[in-house]
Amino acid sequence: MARDYSLLGPDAKRAVQIGLAAAEWYHTDIPRKEMKALMQRADQPAIRDTFILFGCMVLFAGIGIALWPSWWSAPFWLAYGVLYGSAMDSRWHECSHGTAFKTRQYNDWLYQVACFCMIRNPVSWRWSHARHHTDTIIVGRDPEIAVMRPPALFRIFLNFFGIIDAWHGWGRMLYNASGRIHPEEADYIPESEQPKAIRVARIWTAIYAATILLALVTWSLLPLMVIGLPRLYGAWHHIMTGLMQHGGLADNVTDHRLNSRTVYINPISRFIYWNMNYHVEHHMFPMVPYHRLPELHEAIKHDLPAPNPSIWAAYAEMWPVLKRQLAYEDFFLKRELPASAKPYREDFHASALGAAAE
Amino acid sequence: MAWIDACATDEIDEEDLIRFDHEGKTFAIYHAPDGAFYCTDGLCTHEKVHLEDGLVMEYEIECPKHNATFDYRTGEALRAPACVNLNTYSVKVEAGRVMIEV
Repeated sequence: MARDYSLLGPDAKRAVQIGLAAAEWYHTDIPRKEMKALMQRADQPAIRDTFILFGCMVLFAGIGIALWPSWWSAPFWLAYGVLYGSAMDSRWHECSHGTAFKTRQYNDWLYQVACFCMIRNPVSWRWSHARHHTDTIIVGRDPEIAVMRPPALFRIFLNFFGIIDAWHGWGRMLYNASGRIHPEEADYIPESEQPKAIRVARIWTAIYAATILLALVTWSLLPLMVIGLPRLYGAWHHIMTGLMQHGGLADNVTDHRLNSRTVYINPISRFIYWNMNYHVEHHMFPMVPYHRLPELHEAIKHDLPAPNPSIWAAYAEMWPVLKRQLAYEDFFLKRELPASAKPYREDFHASALGAAAE
Repeated sequence: MAWIDACATDEIDEEDLIRFDHEGKTFAIYHAPDGAFYCTDGLCTHEKVHLEDGLVMEYEIECPKHNATFDYRTGEALRAPACVNLNTYSVKVEAGRVMIEV
């Protein structure tokens, strides 16, 4: 039977009925003192990274503006765009967990800026991401499934240029700015929080209106090259890394070793992605700050599937699975565990494992 | 209401917590940085996750699943996604034992 990913459909009801929608998940045994040390917050790494990020954004945009409208400005816009349209995705994400900085206000400030860049309402997305962590890749429960089955490959391709995501983001911004909350949002945002989502949408609409007005007055694309358009021309990196997180893996399971992927990636992408390539570790222990994830990985890798050695390797693994899902959507890649790992709960996952790749 | 012997004072590290189950209910007992002990419900009010796996930071407990935080002295929910406060329980220390009133 075809999957229904809507949050108000039959798969959502089924997930609740059979106990898939629950706040229980597998996590590797790790001594309390060691875990507590890994969970400790610090301001310094994120302050350093934030200065680097905004410093580079000002530099690249400044050169882009100085060289505009020459094509010589293009490389600088592309670099600025990746920081705006991709690095802000991981900043939004990490700050939503409140783990990037030790100081709560720093998390909140960067969260607001990153949400604006990504056109993700900070109220709605905080709640949707909480649901994503409760019901990771549970069909009908998780509002953040990037690769559904069968995979919509053309939509995914368009999203490398931000087209679907940004269109949806701006549409939802205007919808919320009109004083309404979508019924699916109302499924996971408490009523008391909903006015905040509307207020933010109105502020954003005013910022975009001012930017568009400036573009019209100056009769130049330049203001939109700085605000708004980078969400399109800089989106490719966050889509590239985001698809690896769960693409081609099991759905409707509660063991993140089955539905998430850890990939070793280059240092520049790790900076942009803020270490979310350690994705099994992040889902298993969402309280561990991004800058401690490599240590967490070392501590628990004996219990996890072997990481993919590169982005290329992750796509080489994922692509044949997605292609096969076009014809047979129950197909997925079952991740193998090392001999040192605790086994999967085959009893609980039997229905999903029945269609697994060998 | 009755006083229940929950644990020894030295079972809980300072700025940490332990879980205590009693008659089908789960509690969290905290050892604050100032040496005092506190007790709240043991499950997050957002998704019923055990707070024992969470992190104590000064006078706050953070849920291990969604990073909701509470002031464990008052039970007040400080950070989304938790919106409902934790119940708190009276605590006293007698002869090296932590007693909670439930």
